[in-house]
Amino acid sequence: MTPRDFVGRIGFYVLIGLVTAFFALPMLWLVGTPFDEQPGLALSVPDPTLGNFSELLDNRFALPSLLNSVLLALGTAVLVVAFAATAAYSLSRVRIPGRDVLLYLLLLLSSIVTGTAAMVPIFLLMFELGLIDSRVGVVLVLSGGLLPAAIFILKDFMDSVPKSYEESARVFGASAFQILRDVVVPVIRPGLATIAVWTIVNVWGNFLVPFILLRDADKQPAAVLMRTFYTEGGAPNLALISTFSLLFSIPVVVMYLFVNRKYGFRFYGGIKS
Amino acid sequence: MAAIKLDGLTKVYPGGVRAVDDLTLTIPDGEFFALLGPSGCGKTTLLRTIAGLEEATSGSVRIGDRDVTHLPPGKRELAMVFQDYALFPHMTVVDNISYPLKIKGLAKDDRLGRAVKAGDELSLDGLMQRRPAELSGGQQQRVALARAIATHPQVFLFDEPLSNLDARLRLEARTFLKRLQRDLGVTTVFVTHDQAEALAMADRMAVMDAGRIRQVGTAREVFQRPASTFVANFIGSTPMNLLSGVVRGQAVNVSGQIVQLPGDARQHVTDGQDVVVGVRPEYLSLSQSAADGALRGVVAIVENLGTASLVTLESDGFTVAATVADGEEPAIGTDAWALPIPGRTLVYRREDGELVDAPVVAAVA
Amino acid sequence: MAQQTTLPPAEQPAPAAEARPRPATDVAGLGRGRAAAFVGPAMVLIAVFLVFPALWTLYIGITNYRLTGVQARVPEIVGFDNYADALGDPTFHNALFLTLVFVLFSAVLGQNLLGFALARSLATLRPVLRRVVESLVLLAWIIPGSIVAFLWLALLDRDAGTLNALLQTPGLAWLIDYPLVSIIVFNIWRGTAFSMLLYSAALASVPPSQLETARLVGASRWQTLRDVVFPHIRGHVLTNTLLISLWTFNDFTPFLITAGGPNDRTEILPVYIYNTAISGGQMGYGAAVSLIMLVINLIIALFYIRLLRERR
Ligand SMILES: Nc1ncnc2c1ncn2[C@@H]1O[C@H](COP(=O)(O)OP(=O)(O)OP(=O)(O)O)[C@@H](O)[C@H]1O
Ligand SMILES: [Mg+2]
Repeated sequence: MTPRDFVGRIGFYVLIGLVTAFFALPMLWLVGTPFDEQPGLALSVPDPTLGNFSELLDNRFALPSLLNSVLLALGTAVLVVAFAATAAYSLSRVRIPGRDVLLYLLLLLSSIVTGTAAMVPIFLLMFELGLIDSRVGVVLVLSGGLLPAAIFILKDFMDSVPKSYEESARVFGASAFQILRDVVVPVIRPGLATIAVWTIVNVWGNFLVPFILLRDADKQPAAVLMRTFYTEGGAPNLALISTFSLLFSIPVVVMYLFVNRKYGFRFYGGIKS
Repeated sequence: MAAIKLDGLTKVYPGGVRAVDDLTLTIPDGEFFALLGPSGCGKTTLLRTIAGLEEATSGSVRIGDRDVTHLPPGKRELAMVFQDYALFPHMTVVDNISYPLKIKGLAKDDRLGRAVKAGDELSLDGLMQRRPAELSGGQQQRVALARAIATHPQVFLFDEPLSNLDARLRLEARTFLKRLQRDLGVTTVFVTHDQAEALAMADRMAVMDAGRIRQVGTAREVFQRPASTFVANFIGSTPMNLLSGVVRGQAVNVSGQIVQLPGDARQHVTDGQDVVVGVRPEYLSLSQSAADGALRGVVAIVENLGTASLVTLESDGFTVAATVADGEEPAIGTDAWALPIPGRTLVYRREDGELVDAPVVAAVA
Repeated sequence: MAQQTTLPPAEQPAPAAEARPRPATDVAGLGRGRAAAFVGPAMVLIAVFLVFPALWTLYIGITNYRLTGVQARVPEIVGFDNYADALGDPTFHNALFLTLVFVLFSAVLGQNLLGFALARSLATLRPVLRRVVESLVLLAWIIPGSIVAFLWLALLDRDAGTLNALLQTPGLAWLIDYPLVSIIVFNIWRGTAFSMLLYSAALASVPPSQLETARLVGASRWQTLRDVVFPHIRGHVLTNTLLISLWTFNDFTPFLITAGGPNDRTEILPVYIYNTAISGGQMGYGAAVSLIMLVINLIIALFYIRLLRERR
């Protein structure tokens, strides 16, 4: 190694160090503060305590909002997985007239009609339907938004499953329903799991849709409620915010770890769109 | 067990491809029947139409005494082995074998009993709890076979079941499959690309082209007496010599040289008719000295075939190949004479490529 | 309301069942009728909650729709007034300009370059180190927006913030003095993960033999990058740039940090629409701006799809 290379190498590691610090710095607060006897905005070495977590129980909205998040995420995941799977299956296996145009339009739609660009009509639609302040309404809107991409991903997956599986089952005399239950669903289970995780991660972190559609604090999910912790006047309750944040972020982190271990990151673009 | 009768069977795909074209064929009970033909000629389509996976556009399919043309595949009492075996990846071997029996509504004990018995017959005893991904290609193929025989079908349909095996395993599987079929006596239709496979295994075979059958017969018949120049070209490890010529009396003039007409062909040709003379390289004897009725040429290429050599002679207007035993190859550049062995020369009409003694509108049975 | 009950039939892409029942010819024995029933529910949801709102934007945009008051009951058609208003409104110009700067610096330049640099340098790091850095970058991407917004508020806090402590600039109000820079840096932090992942995959697809050839002929690192690596990943660069631009353009998270303030200085289009329409109640005007946004999305998406088709 020439001295020049050596200096270059050092510079390289310094840069990596700086970038790492850039990404780590904001997150350190999330790891330390929940366990700090005196939670503050600045980073500090915590005096270890679990006392902050009692704040979660003291706040009337904190834990219920997490439950709301679970309800929204699971509700949407069930709808998206069920509807996307059936749609992707028939689009992949049956020559429905106009199938290719339909898929093309779905791809286009999924990318242009975002919650942000369509917040006005969506808000009005739900307003006119009387679905403001309804968790079902939020689930429906979120499902409608996620379905095109889910169908697309699942159809790709379905297309890679050999048709001979189903054909051989047909030769044995299996009915369409038996083929679905015994062959198709087990074979595409990894794809279904992917879509379920992808949906949950998306809904879990979604702020805008529940923010404009849910006014009642009893129905708001954690993503929306959390903002009231630090924007409503007075000094923010840092013990509450920090413990709540930790609890709120653990599910997606666990799910990410699970997905990463199980499928690697093959389906990037997948986990968040 | 049952015979298969196809009558005027036609399959036109939505895009307009006529993959099976007005095909009539009877496969007697218990026969091992091979379907052979170039890629895209409609073999798979024919098999799938018999199975009911494709709906016939017109014509009928009978299995035994039932007309199954409009029955769904599951009601036709046949078993099919796919080229990729189509073993369900999420089921163990024993589950795979017993799944069709479950569909047929057998009780659990019966299912297991039959699956284990079928597995034993194909020496899968140690592998019953594994999943397909944990098996070798040859083992997977045996599982697919076990799954097929466990249902006691009337008919077996095989779509290139050996093509995913390596050359050695393929030879083993060939013998094995042939014996299995003989023991069970189930009518079998076997699609293959590989003519050696068809010649070795089949009781009878059909050569297909563009959705039609060009010739049906025993392996020996098809090899020795190809019904058309198409079949002649397709069958055989070395392609048949096909020499264009014109009938002149009792002989054919091939670019100035003379080949005698075989006796049985003489009554079917007229003087001056355009014909193609077909003779296999194996049925030409080569000599270094002039012989009466032999084709003369200059030795251009000598290819080693292992136990024999293929010698290509070049002459004005044609080339002709003959095999010679090894060690007897003539030197390149020397003159040589190729003499057809009596009775092995075939004469085809040039206009439609059929044998001269065939009826003019080719009909195949 | 009449609009929502009379969905235009063109939106129901589920095909009508065939007149003559035919035996199922598909691999699954499903038949067209059941296949349509399978596609149906998804299409209905998409039609009602995605397609219809997008189309309805066209209508709302030419009315003076408001949430309260007379116009709430009987919205009037005002033609293209809303569009004319928007195009002549300096606050809209401001929003459009801010959005452009935000997308350009945080996505096209920031995420793109940092993601590429990370992908390239991580490949040379020891696996343990690599995993650590990668995980941090990915965490920033997957933690819910409401949390990371607060993490950044804490980091940038004027009095107790860690950044001021580190830089020894006590009392510097980042979100008031440099609000746009703050959300740009925030968005780079938040979204680099995708570019990193995509470029990692792209770089792994460059044939090693070509890299070795370049080394054998003595090409410098920069020459290798330009002549060997870049031609291979050109498609990926374009894909990545289009996607992250689209996402950043539609990103609402900056609202959680600055809510458009101070004084509109971070009021990017998504926040602008929220403030005028949902908060301010001017639905017609908001819809007009939304339509402009949808059209921009459409243009980016069409580019992207064309790119995908060319690569097929
Ligand atoms: N699903 C389909 N739709 C339209 N055309 C098809 C379809 N399947 C096959 N074909 C066409 O029908 C013809 C016969 O195809 P088939 O698969 O039966 O040939 P094959 O003899 O089995 O060929 P190979 O030896 O390559 O397997 C081909 O021209 C093929 O392109
Ligand atoms: Mg085939």
